Amino acid sequence: MTDAVISFKDVTKTFRRADGKGDFVAVDKLSFEIAKGEIVAVLGKTGCGKSTMFNIVAGLIEPDRGEARVTGHDPFREFDYFRGKIGIVFQNDRLMPWRTALDNVLLGLQILDADPKQAVKTARGWLARLGLAGHENDYPHALSGGMRQRVSIARAFAVNPDILLCDEPFSALDEMTARDLRAEFVRLVRANNKTAVFITHQIGEAMDIGDRIMVFHRPARIAYETRLSAAAAETERRKVQDDIMHVLSVEQVTA
Amino acid sequence: MMNAGIARVLQATAGMIFLAVVWQILSMTLPPFLFPPVPEIISRTIEILITGALLTDVLLTAARIFGGLFGAFIIGAILALLIARSKTLENFVSPVLTFFQGIPALSWVVFAIIWFHGTEFRVLFIMIMTTLPAFTFQILDSIRSMSKDLFEMTMSFRPSRWTLFRFLIVPTIVPGILTAWKVNLGNAARVVVVAELVGATGGVGYQLLRQQQLFDMAGAMAWTLQLVLFVLVVQQTINAIEAWALRYRPVSERGI
Repeated sequence: MTDAVISFKDVTKTFRRADGKGDFVAVDKLSFEIAKGEIVAVLGKTGCGKSTMFNIVAGLIEPDRGEARVTGHDPFREFDYFRGKIGIVFQNDRLMPWRTALDNVLLGLQILDADPKQAVKTARGWLARLGLAGHENDYPHALSGGMRQRVSIARAFAVNPDILLCDEPFSALDEMTARDLRAEFVRLVRANNKTAVFITHQIGEAMDIGDRIMVFHRPARIAYETRLSAAAAETERRKVQDDIMHVLSVEQVTA
Repeated sequence: MMNAGIARVLQATAGMIFLAVVWQILSMTLPPFLFPPVPEIISRTIEILITGALLTDVLLTAARIFGGLFGAFIIGAILALLIARSKTLENFVSPVLTFFQGIPALSWVVFAIIWFHGTEFRVLFIMIMTTLPAFTFQILDSIRSMSKDLFEMTMSFRPSRWTLFRFLIVPTIVPGILTAWKVNLGNAARVVVVAELVGATGGVGYQLLRQQQLFDMAGAMAWTLQLVLFVLVVQQTINAIEAWALRYRPVSERGI
């Protein structure tokens, strides 16, 4: 792959243990490339280093060794370069409780100094697209979990980023709401030609969302990788599911 | 059923009415120079409020309280922001502020009289020194309790320092600032009287000293009530600001 939007080459990240007794390796010589327009689902068990990889791509933490690049730039050292280029949907909605739904969606646009009138129009548009018209002036506490997560998706899309990073954004929602939001999310990513990295610990979710699925073992390194189109036959999907379950269970046995 | 608003007002005033009744009973049995009748105290209180020259003393004290509190708030906020950014500075400054907290207000009054000329500067110095530690520690606490999740979410948009301050830090520390103001207001009102009592030629403290020299209990009570009224009005104003600024907070129908 040559025109990679996101590339990791032998990336390693180690953290100090909370009790101060030694270190633990969260990401171990991780290498992969993600091309423009791809939706990659990253699957792995809790604590396998998915979120550390996510934070490295987001520029929130710096690798100890190896090379992480996003559109050819170092996301940590060239932090400001990525203003408006990366949108993030976190595991929890992370809405500012003192801002209304509309003001939360406006946050990124305000930080990017967008024209105020145009920003409000954009934010309202995204809220409406996500089924939240009429809730613009509601504070987060007045919204359901699903509605709050929709606001956070609108906040990420509103700045029109090239890359979307999602860290288990629907894991706290009921299955019906999560399924609706997953479908909406994929539709929006494809319609707006974004590149997306979607972290999850659910096999079904990874298969519903990803063009490509990467399964991580602990510490984060790729144990299995496959491509899966939305039009794949049921037998193919079942085989991929079995393979993933096997890879994850092998880790359980050897861990 | 009684209107909830009326019930609340009655509950809030019942204790004060009880206190006034007890005082009035005492005034009927004890000499008036010890316990003057309630109507006389009320009349003297109103007299101060409607007499320009006397009201000036109340306003002077109010200005001193606000001056001291604003000064301490600004310095405390800057110190808290700096300490939050530097562990070295915290190691250096925190013990000093804790040391200051242990110094009685009266000691600061004595220091100010020895060190400085000019009443206003002395009072300002005393007010700032006595309220600065509490402001600094309370604002620092608010900064430290800032949500890591919200910080990372905001940082993901790559804000400038100023934008981060405006959009995240200020709204986060507002509840702490309001609490700090409420706590320090009461302290400041007590300290300013001590400062004026010893080193000023005007203000509520100075007037209290005069009433003591004249052995005028009704006057002493009337001047004390000026300060109490001032604190109540400002507290209510802060409460109103708090209710507006923190209107986003959900309120459970079930009480604690």
